[in-house]
Amino acid sequence: MTLRLFLALAGSLFGALAQAGEVTVAVAANFTAPMQKIAKAFEQDTGHKAQLAFGATGKFYAQIKNGAPFAVLLAADDETPARLEKEGLAIAGTRFTYATGRLALWSKQANVVDDKGEVLRSNSFNKLAIADPKLAPYGIAAMEVIHKMGVQGSVIPKLVQGESIGQTYQFVSTENAQLGFVALSQISVDGRITQGSAWVVPQNLHTPLKQDAVLLNAGKDNAAAHALLKYLQGDTAKAIITSYGYAL
Amino acid sequence: MNLSAEDFQAIALTLQLASVTTVLLLLLATPVAWWLAHTRSAWRAPVASLVALPLVLPPTVLGFYLLVALGPNGPIGQFTQWAGWGTLAFSFWGLVLGSIVYSLPFAVQPLVNAFEAMGPRPMEVAATLRASKWDAFFTVAVPLAKPGFVMAAMLSFAHTVGEFGVVLMIGGNIPDKTRVVSTQIYGHVEAMAYSQAHGLAGVMLVFSFVVLLGLSWFNRRTTRHQKVGA
Repeated sequence: MTLRLFLALAGSLFGALAQAGEVTVAVAANFTAPMQKIAKAFEQDTGHKAQLAFGATGKFYAQIKNGAPFAVLLAADDETPARLEKEGLAIAGTRFTYATGRLALWSKQANVVDDKGEVLRSNSFNKLAIADPKLAPYGIAAMEVIHKMGVQGSVIPKLVQGESIGQTYQFVSTENAQLGFVALSQISVDGRITQGSAWVVPQNLHTPLKQDAVLLNAGKDNAAAHALLKYLQGDTAKAIITSYGYAL
Repeated sequence: MNLSAEDFQAIALTLQLASVTTVLLLLLATPVAWWLAHTRSAWRAPVASLVALPLVLPPTVLGFYLLVALGPNGPIGQFTQWAGWGTLAFSFWGLVLGSIVYSLPFAVQPLVNAFEAMGPRPMEVAATLRASKWDAFFTVAVPLAKPGFVMAAMLSFAHTVGEFGVVLMIGGNIPDKTRVVSTQIYGHVEAMAYSQAHGLAGVMLVFSFVVLLGLSWFNRRTTRHQKVGA
């Protein structure tokens, strides 16, 4: 190895190290799987490292309000980022929709859910699990679908609520509830339903499940945080996001 | 303090759950504790450890196992379906079952201590007086172990009131059926309704403090009483 090559290598290595930063990200639980993949690609492509914390958006809000050191929030809704911005806890003008969630009516068993959701009109199921509409946008969307279909009378007595969409998935997955409104991202890989039967709810039956990202005050001068927000809007991230059943 | 009708509903349900659980737990824990206090079997240590497990296991683990076990393909679910009760998740009796598991050590341990503190003498004396085993148990052992029973009941009740993780995982948050105080508070906090959360959380805080205060008062009184009696 010549000296010059060595110096060039050392120089580039040193340069990369000097630029490589770290960003702590609060990520909505429903976005766990795609974000892990995106973070890996992000680290490979930019050298920056993303530390991910997964949880409920409402909990993150409370933590951020009380000084949690997150630089970026990937929320499960569009209201929380807007609220943080209004309260001066996020940087104005950095909000954008990184993914739009899709709702699916799902059963662990094959041939239970038809492709129009007509099963909701039958009386042939024991429980219908939804996310708590007070806490989770997916729960609000589920209630909207139930009302739009006009089945609230027969369906509401059969409702059980998960505190998050993750718990709702658990209820259906353990078959304690035969049916449930879950996130399409939870039950599909590469555009295919992995198990059981499902109806992918048309988006015109509920308010769009917009999930917004925002730069928080703690990330204002963090180059890695800025880079991550840009990366989320790039083609690599977009391909990963859609492969998990999200719309853009 | 602004408690809503739903908050009061949750309080009533919580008290009902804690009462039913406490009664059933005392019935279940007494024979277990008696056996643990007297046996020389090699099974003593494994059984004692099993009973103590809920002390150290996170409620999420208990809740997860219960959810799977209660489901239509789980062992408990298979049994309850066979018995014609359907599945127990998302029902009051499902919560009772979960609470019994969760609070078991809090009922068993004080009873074991009380039975052990009694020593073998009282039962031996009762036997020489020709009392049958059952007779001796109810007329000699139970009165002597009364402080243990009171302690077990108070701890089981308070611990069930404070239960959260297990209920969250097997309850399904149904008003008047499975929405207890702790999950109601959680809902308020997550929905950012902090003032409502404060009301209920304050009630919980005062209740727990009063129970602990009562326990320590009761403890002091019984030890002093026993000293005087001796």
